[in-house]
Amino acid sequence: MLFELEGVTAIRGGRVVFENLDGVLLGGATGIVGPSGVGKSTLLRLLNRLADPSSGTVRYRGRDLRERDVLALRREVGLVSQLPASLEGSVADNVLYGPRLADRNADVVASLRLAGLDPAFAPRRADALSVGEQQRVMLARALALQPSVLLLDEPTSALDMATTTSIEATLHDLRDRLGLSFVLVTHDLRQAERVADRVLTLEARALHAWPATKA
Amino acid sequence: MARDKGMTAAIHIELGTVAATLVLVAVAVAVARWERTHLEGDIGVAVARSFVQLTLVGYLIKGIFASNSLAWVALLLAVMVVFGAFTARRRASRVPHAFWPLLVALAIAASATLAVVLMIGVFPAKARYLVPVGGMVIGNAMTAAAVALNRLGDDVHDAAGRIEATLALGATATEAMRPITRRSLRSGMIPLIDSTKTTGLIFFPGTMVGMLLAGASPTDAVRLQLVLLYVLLGAVALATLLAVLLSRRVFFTAEHQLRELPAFARRVPHPRRP
Repeated sequence: MLFELEGVTAIRGGRVVFENLDGVLLGGATGIVGPSGVGKSTLLRLLNRLADPSSGTVRYRGRDLRERDVLALRREVGLVSQLPASLEGSVADNVLYGPRLADRNADVVASLRLAGLDPAFAPRRADALSVGEQQRVMLARALALQPSVLLLDEPTSALDMATTTSIEATLHDLRDRLGLSFVLVTHDLRQAERVADRVLTLEARALHAWPATKA
Repeated sequence: MARDKGMTAAIHIELGTVAATLVLVAVAVAVARWERTHLEGDIGVAVARSFVQLTLVGYLIKGIFASNSLAWVALLLAVMVVFGAFTARRRASRVPHAFWPLLVALAIAASATLAVVLMIGVFPAKARYLVPVGGMVIGNAMTAAAVALNRLGDDVHDAAGRIEATLALGATATEAMRPITRRSLRSGMIPLIDSTKTTGLIFFPGTMVGMLLAGASPTDAVRLQLVLLYVLLGAVALATLLAVLLSRRVFFTAEHQLRELPAFARRVPHPRRP
């Protein structure tokens, strides 16, 4: 069991996003679908402690998240947000940002290749790339930390169909080659079915298995 | 009252003379009306407030100079610091609880710089020197800190996504805020640095003008002005740094999480340096 949520309530902007949410996320590729505003992004933020629930417990590999070192947790459970958030500097600077903070070495070329980006992009300014290319830089940046789990917050929502298909292929590749677990939240049920081993729907109080689950 | 060499008031200004300069204020009002900048009201308030405030402060300072009591000087400067922090806080409305960091920043900047000036022996610890110099230090520190915190608040709101993306890579709150901190410090300090660079070329600073009008020798006027410019640079750097470092903490929890930013916080125009 990767993540377990028990009686989790999340409040954002003074609004209860979800209340007493229970659910289990297994390893492998999990897709979470639900309409806008149901709290998919909020749920992801709880999983790497960008936010804490107002009540309830989130466990990661059986241990309460709050018992773990938050910085180490975020390196182990990476997050790729919905829109690219490039840092100042080159693509290589972006990829090396996380490893440098942790005093680790990282292979920029390998990270870019894993994310499906030509290593020739390394010296280019990250914020001058297209949205699709920047999203791949975000993926490479997260992968450079060699995470165990990747949280993907609608990573293709701002991209065209061709780029979306290409990134989905990259995700398949990462799962197969690196054995990486990931949690993908999306409003697109078809995408979740294409990418994930199992699909859950987020409703007011629980995560339900979608009938079309593959695994 | 004891008079100090080089600081003697050589000119006396009647109230009528002050009133006559309102002709130029009328020009400003005319320009505002002509160009429909809607600044007539602001100009009127500024003129009225400056007259009332400076007149009151003039009488207050006169009394303090006459008493030459350091306790009264300290009280006056403390009041200036409180009002300075209050005024700057309004400019930094997007920074929650900005009053206390500003208060600490202005108090430390004023105390530290005045202490250094006294230790070096630029002038003796007398009300006549401490009040105007202290006021100048606090005023400049307030403006710089307000500009810096205004920028800090705007940048944190505008770059919330980038900050969280950085935190998600294992950065601490301090590391995630580094580029924003740097830009805020630069915003606070650059106006004074620029005016220091151009002093004497594009404009004559106030102290030097005041001393020359009061009959001091140009050499003395220049040297005192240089001392004050360097003091102000130190004070502004200290105030800006403290205000930014103390304020940026309020945006984060102890677990390096960006707090929810208040929706009511509105963008305030960057203040202009007087």
